Amino acid sequence: MANIWVLAEAGRGQVSEITFELLALGREVATQSGAPLEAVLLGSNARELAQKLGAADTVLYADNAALADPVPENAATALAQLIGEKQPAAVLVPLTNLSVDVGVVLAAQLGVPFLNYCKDLKADGGNLTATCVLYGGKMEAAVTAAAKPAIIGILPGARSVEQGRSDKPANITDVAVSLAAPKVRFKKYLEPETSDVDITQKDFLVAVGRGIQTRDNIELAEELAATMGGAVCGSRPVIDQGWLGLSRQVGKSGMLVKPKLYVTLGISGAPEHVEGMKNSQCIIAVNTDAAAPIFNVAHYGIVGDALEIAPALIEKIKARKG
Amino acid sequence: MDILVLMKVVPDVVEELEVGSDGKSLDTGFLRTILNERDDHALEQALLLKDKHGGKVTLLTLDAPDIDDVLFTALAKGADRAVKICGAGSVSSTQMAARLFGETIAKTPGLLPVDLVLTGVSAIDDLDGLLAAPIAQKLGWPYAGVVTQATLADKTATVVKEFAGGVRGEYDVPTPAVLGIQAAEKPPRYVPVAKVRAAMKSQTIESVDAPAVEAAAGVEVQQMAKPRVTGHAEMLEGSADEVADKLCELLAKRGLL
Ligand SMILES: Cc1cc2nc3c(=O)[nH]c(=O)nc-3n(C[C@H](O)[C@H](O)[C@H](O)COP(=O)(O)OP(=O)(O)OC[C@H]3O[C@@H](n4cnc5c(N)ncnc54)[C@H](O)[C@@H]3O)c2cc1C
Repeated sequence: MANIWVLAEAGRGQVSEITFELLALGREVATQSGAPLEAVLLGSNARELAQKLGAADTVLYADNAALADPVPENAATALAQLIGEKQPAAVLVPLTNLSVDVGVVLAAQLGVPFLNYCKDLKADGGNLTATCVLYGGKMEAAVTAAAKPAIIGILPGARSVEQGRSDKPANITDVAVSLAAPKVRFKKYLEPETSDVDITQKDFLVAVGRGIQTRDNIELAEELAATMGGAVCGSRPVIDQGWLGLSRQVGKSGMLVKPKLYVTLGISGAPEHVEGMKNSQCIIAVNTDAAAPIFNVAHYGIVGDALEIAPALIEKIKARKG
Repeated sequence: MDILVLMKVVPDVVEELEVGSDGKSLDTGFLRTILNERDDHALEQALLLKDKHGGKVTLLTLDAPDIDDVLFTALAKGADRAVKICGAGSVSSTQMAARLFGETIAKTPGLLPVDLVLTGVSAIDDLDGLLAAPIAQKLGWPYAGVVTQATLADKTATVVKEFAGGVRGEYDVPTPAVLGIQAAEKPPRYVPVAKVRAAMKSQTIESVDAPAVEAAAGVEVQQMAKPRVTGHAEMLEGSADEVADKLCELLAKRGLL
């Protein structure tokens, strides 16, 4: 099989952790198929970052001023040129908000599918088989990726970050790409509001989801959080409703949290949410649906109405604290 | 400002999902579908832009069971026109859906020109691609995905894309453009059932024949199954008071209380 590529994600002077997860997975696939593993880093003055990618056999490094900012169109065009020259078998793309657009634009330019939601990948002979997570985590599909090249979006957490880090000096090959002015122009980064509490620093978080039903019910979560000096955070729909600020969102587009205790009230456990909280030390989930995927992640689960469980818990904790 | 909103229905995951007899797809026997949540946000963003700038919002969907309800609801919310693409059967491939939408937009008289095509950035059944980028490619228009804000002025859409950790990026996108909407600036508006009923009486849904497009290839499902659960929570049972007591015990044991 031809080479296996990993698209490195680098932004604002750092290689994202997911890059190393993909390198770990890519290494397994490369070994199975007897092919070299190559990392592709697109950037500007980013050689220092290329040096961190020693887990790959080769780092293809494209240095171009047009690749300094996160402009998916430029990154995709650059990748398409490199693919044309080097004909890899597969390109593993981080499924992050930052990189997913690179993958889908690339696939559109090449006229091939973008295989989405992949959590595992194997090579067997000349075939690639992916395991993909569908329907918000309720189903998994074994899928053959037969396109040439196979553009595959890999979910965060497919492998551990440590597995993909290496002290080996990176073997860097400079590659050239030519880029015209993009149609879509990057203007600036917008930083998160910092005035609010920093949920990443809290030991105790009460996370509310759509199951909390109304804005008023969030008070219940506030009260529960207060019993243990914690804070309230939420899933995307709660943030979208405007019931909590953006700085309280946990998950793919929000914060990564690892508190000592994470209590979910009415959260289903969609992969995009789980991504942000799965490393919490103790997870307690309350959900009316016994089949909710959150129970596969939680340490303790209660099938029940959050609006009944939360008040009972507040009372008991208060009683214990005296 | 005229906007085209592409919408699709997806399985409602609040219901129990089962694998069909082919072992490769969902059992559609009892399947309930709902509008893709991101598409609902795309519709809302379009209506917000219409509220501000005027213009027309046209809905375009693939025909599916229950789709008329979705379209009438959107019309009742303020969309001006609804068109469904009929005769393509049940389309499970997003790549295929993109081809059908792209070809229909390009070829159907009266759908273009528009300033923006909006659709949800993704859906829970998007296995072989996301809708917006290949449509943009087909039309030769710019594309931006994971969009959470969009304002229009002077043939330019200024959009905010969401990254991670609360960081976002601002971009200028020349119109016409295709945007994959992650969230509208406001939660999708509510529409009373009476208004939906009124829309059913006063408005009509147009149909166009599905264009001939190349079949999707390159991704084939071999098998589908519920995920093998590697870990599962220890379940606490009893009344609210009883489980609260048990939880307190556990927290105390772990030194958390
Ligand atoms: C690109 C992208 C990025 C995303 N980023 C994020 C992100 O950063 N964070 C995030 O959270 N999501 C994110 N999402 C959205 C994610 O896919 C899910 O839609 C979301 O996490 C679902 O939130 P939820 O669990 O609150 O709602 P739902 O999935 O609707 O679940 C509600 C749950 O509440 C339960 N329930 C109902 N009533 C009660 C009750 N009375 N008591 C107890 N339980 C009850 C139900 O059984 C159900 O399981 C992203 C999606 C996309 C496409």
